[in-house]
Amino acid sequence: MMFRLEKRPSPSRLWAAATPVLAVVATMIAGGVMFWLLGKDPFEAIRIIFWDPLFHETFGPYSRPQLLVKAGPLILIAIGLSLGFRAGIWNIGAEGQYIMGAIIGAGLGLAFYPTESRLIFPLMVLAGAFGGWLWAMIPALLRVRFGTNEILVSLMLVYVAEAFLASVSQGLLRNPDGMGFPGSRNFKDYPAAHNGEILAGTGMHWGVAAALVAVIFAHVLLSRHMLGFQVRLSGEAPRAARFAGVRPARLVLFCLGMSGALAGMAGLFEVSGPAGQISIDFNSGYGFTAIIVAFLGRLNPLGILLAGLLMALTYIGGELASLMLGIPAAAIQLFQGMLLFFLLAMDIFTNFRIRLKKPEAA
Amino acid sequence: MSETRATEPALLDLEGLTKAYPGVVANDDVSFAIRPGEIHALLGENGAGKSTLVKMIYGLVKPDRGRMTMRGAPFAPASPAAARAEGVAMVFQHFSLFEALNVAENIALGMDHPPPPRELAGRIREVSAAYGLPLDPARRVGDLSAGERQRVEIVRCLLQDPKLLIMDEPTSVLTPQEVEILFRTLRKLAGEGTAILYISHKLEEIRALCEHATILRLGRVVDTCDPRQKSARELAEMMVGEELHVPVREAGAPGEVALEIRALSMPPASEFGTPLRDISLTLRKGEVLGIGGVAGNGQDELLAALSGESLAPAGTIRLAGRDISRLSPNQRRALGLLAAPEERLGHAAAPDMSLTENALLTGAVRERLTRRGFIDWARTRDFAGRIIEAFDVRTPGPENAARALSGGNLQKFVIGREVLQAPDVLVVNQPTWGVDASAAAAIRQALLDLAGEGAAVVVISQDLDELMEISDRFTALNEGRLAEPRPMRGLSIEEIGLMMGGAHDLEVSA
Repeated sequence: MMFRLEKRPSPSRLWAAATPVLAVVATMIAGGVMFWLLGKDPFEAIRIIFWDPLFHETFGPYSRPQLLVKAGPLILIAIGLSLGFRAGIWNIGAEGQYIMGAIIGAGLGLAFYPTESRLIFPLMVLAGAFGGWLWAMIPALLRVRFGTNEILVSLMLVYVAEAFLASVSQGLLRNPDGMGFPGSRNFKDYPAAHNGEILAGTGMHWGVAAALVAVIFAHVLLSRHMLGFQVRLSGEAPRAARFAGVRPARLVLFCLGMSGALAGMAGLFEVSGPAGQISIDFNSGYGFTAIIVAFLGRLNPLGILLAGLLMALTYIGGELASLMLGIPAAAIQLFQGMLLFFLLAMDIFTNFRIRLKKPEAA
Repeated sequence: MSETRATEPALLDLEGLTKAYPGVVANDDVSFAIRPGEIHALLGENGAGKSTLVKMIYGLVKPDRGRMTMRGAPFAPASPAAARAEGVAMVFQHFSLFEALNVAENIALGMDHPPPPRELAGRIREVSAAYGLPLDPARRVGDLSAGERQRVEIVRCLLQDPKLLIMDEPTSVLTPQEVEILFRTLRKLAGEGTAILYISHKLEEIRALCEHATILRLGRVVDTCDPRQKSARELAEMMVGEELHVPVREAGAPGEVALEIRALSMPPASEFGTPLRDISLTLRKGEVLGIGGVAGNGQDELLAALSGESLAPAGTIRLAGRDISRLSPNQRRALGLLAAPEERLGHAAAPDMSLTENALLTGAVRERLTRRGFIDWARTRDFAGRIIEAFDVRTPGPENAARALSGGNLQKFVIGREVLQAPDVLVVNQPTWGVDASAAAAIRQALLDLAGEGAAVVVISQDLDELMEISDRFTALNEGRLAEPRPMRGLSIEEIGLMMGGAHDLEVSA
C-alpha cells in the first residue's frame, strides 16, 4: 500500500475551513507528548493552556482581560501583513515598524506634556501610523527602485529599530523626573495621552477597537474592492495581474505601507496603554508573532481575528502553565511553533487529496 | 502496398483495451493492429483517449482489461524500460532535455544502457546522418532550435533500434521545411520495417504521411480508414462525430487604419526573451492579420507590447491615430485594444480564481464592473454568465475555478471574454493551442465574426493551417523581426516557410 497525492480540481472549501481546527488538535497531541516527555501531566498542561485562562476561578478574572490586550496588537499587525502576504509581498519586519511607530507616536505625545487636550491622543495615533509607514517605506522603496529583497531589508531594519529604541529610552525620551533610569514618562500619569480601557475590566482599549475596525476594513477591501482584488490576483498569478493592469510597484508601496502603518499604530497603542512607557524592551515580539497569526488565520481577516484570540490564549495559558507546572518557556515557544508547523503541513489537504494506491502488479 | 501488408502478421495487436479513471472511461474496448513498416495515425480530439492508449503501450499505465500481443507473444510492459526492451520507443510532445548538457549527454541520460561517451558520439553521428537528421553530439541543447531538439529525442529513440516508434504531436513546434525533413525520416524508417504510431490532430499531415488511421472518440474506436482516400474535412467529421462547422466569413473591404506600429524595437524583458527588432505594421478595420513563426521568436514580446504589459518607446504604437505606446493595459482597453495571451493558466486567467473573478480580470473597465473602485459582483457574475453562454463553455457555473476547466473550455472563455467586450482591435496569441477541433472551429468563427463586424484582428499562431484558414494577410516573426505582410491568398507553403525562416533578410541583402 502506498499513499499518493492527487491535485484537486478546485481547492476544497471544507478542508480550508477544517485545517486550522485539525492543526490545533494535532498541536495538542504533539505538544501533549512533549509535555509528557518533560515529565508533566499532558492533560493538565493542555487544560491549563486552553481552558484555565478563561474559566479558572482564581486566574480567570486576571487573565480574561489579558486576552484582548494581547490579541489586539496581534490582530492589528497581522491584518496589515496579510494584505502583503496575499499579494506575495513579504514584510517580515513588522516588529521594527511597531517599535518605530511607538517611538514617534509616544515622542509626539511626550512633546506636548503636560498639555491637556482631546486632540493629543488622536494625533499620537496618526504619528504612530506615520512612523510605522515610514519605516516600511525603506524596504518598499529599495525594492521598487533597486529590486532588493524586502524580506531581508525589512528583517534587518528590526535590529536597527531595536538599537534606536535602546538609544531613545536612555537619551532623547528618558523621563526627566526618572532619576536617570532608562525609560520615558509613564503615560498612565498623562491622561490626555493615555490609552486606557474603554470598558473597565475587559482589557478593551483603543487598540483593540482599531483591530476590529481593521478586520472589517480588510474584509471589505478584499471581498468588494478592486484594490483588494488586485492584491489577491497578484499573489495568485503575478503575470495575470500585470495583464489585468496591476502596477507591481504601486502594490508593493501600498502593501508595505499599509502593514507598516498598522504595525506602527499597534506599537503606539501598546506603548501608551498596556506597556505604559517607552523602555528598552517594551516590545514583546508581537511583530513576529503576528506573522504566525496571519498564516494561522489563513490570511483571511475573519480567520485572523480568531487566530489572534487563539494565539493570545496560548500566550497567557503558556505563561500560566510555566508558572503552575514549571514547564520551561522554551517548551511553550516550541508548542506555539508546532501550531504554525501543523497548519502549514495540513494546507496540503486543501489542494490535494490523498489516495491509497495498491502496488501495481507487474 | 498496404494490401500486401494487410496480410502480414501484426507487430502489435491491441484487443479490447479498457482503462477507466474515476468518473471517466479513458479507453473503452479499444482494438486495432499495427503492422511492421506501417505509419499508423491515431486521430482524435483532446480527451478522446489517445494519450491513455499510448501510455498503456509505453508501459506508463496498466490497462484494466484487454490484452496486447507483440509479434505473437503477450505484451504487458510494467514500465517504460520494459516497453523499450521490447522495441517500443516514444517521442513526447514536450521534450525532456537538459538545456545545460550537450546532445550526447542528454541522449545517454535517456538510455537504459548507454555505451561509453566516445562510442555514443560516433553512433549519434552515424544514425543522424543515415536518417537525414544532422546533429552535432557536442552541442549544448540550450543552443538548439525546437526542431533540432526534437531530432535529439528522435535520435535517442533510433539508437535503441525500435520496432515501434510512437510520436506524439511531433510537428507542433516545426516549420514546414522541418516537417518535410521529419516526414522523410519517418518514411525511410517505415521503409526499413519500423512501425510508426503517429498521433496528431493536423489532418493534412496525416493525409500526407499515414496509410492507415484509427479514429478515437470518447475512448472508443469509432472508425478506421485510409486517410489518403479521405478529405481533411471527412477526417475531422469522423473525429468530432458530427458535421463540422467550417468557419466562414463575409468578405468586406478593409476599412481605415485601426492599428499602426512604426519601427518598434524593444529589448527583451528577461534574459531568455527575444528582442523586438524594427517592427512596422499597418492594420485596417475588418482585417485579420495572421502572424506565423516558430515559438520563441518574439510572439510573447509582441503581445506584451500591444497589451501594455511592457511599455514601448513613445510614438511606436498608434491606435486609430492616437499614440498608445506608453499607456497601461487598462487605458488601452478603455480605448478599444484588447488582447488574449497564449498561456491560459497564470497569464490570461488566474487558475485558482473563479470564472466570475476571471471575467473581472480584463472586463472591469469596458463592462463597467466597478463603481468608485467597488466591485459590482452581480454585474460581474452576469458578464461571466454571458461569456459561458455565448461561447458554450462547459462548466457547472461561473463560481468554478478556472483551472477546473479543460483547456478548450478555458480558451473559449478567455477568447469570449475579449470578444464580448466588442474591441476595435483584438490581439490573440495561439488562440486554439491544445484545443479540440470543434472548440477551435468555434473560436476561429468568433474571430472572423468580430472582423466581419469591423474590428481588426491580429492572430499570432504557430498553426499554419489555422492562419491559412482565417487570415487576410500573412506575416511571420523570426528572431524578433516581422516579415513584410503579404496577402494570404496565393501564398505558397514554400513562401510561408521562407518568411518563417527569416528569409526576408536575405532579400534585403541580396
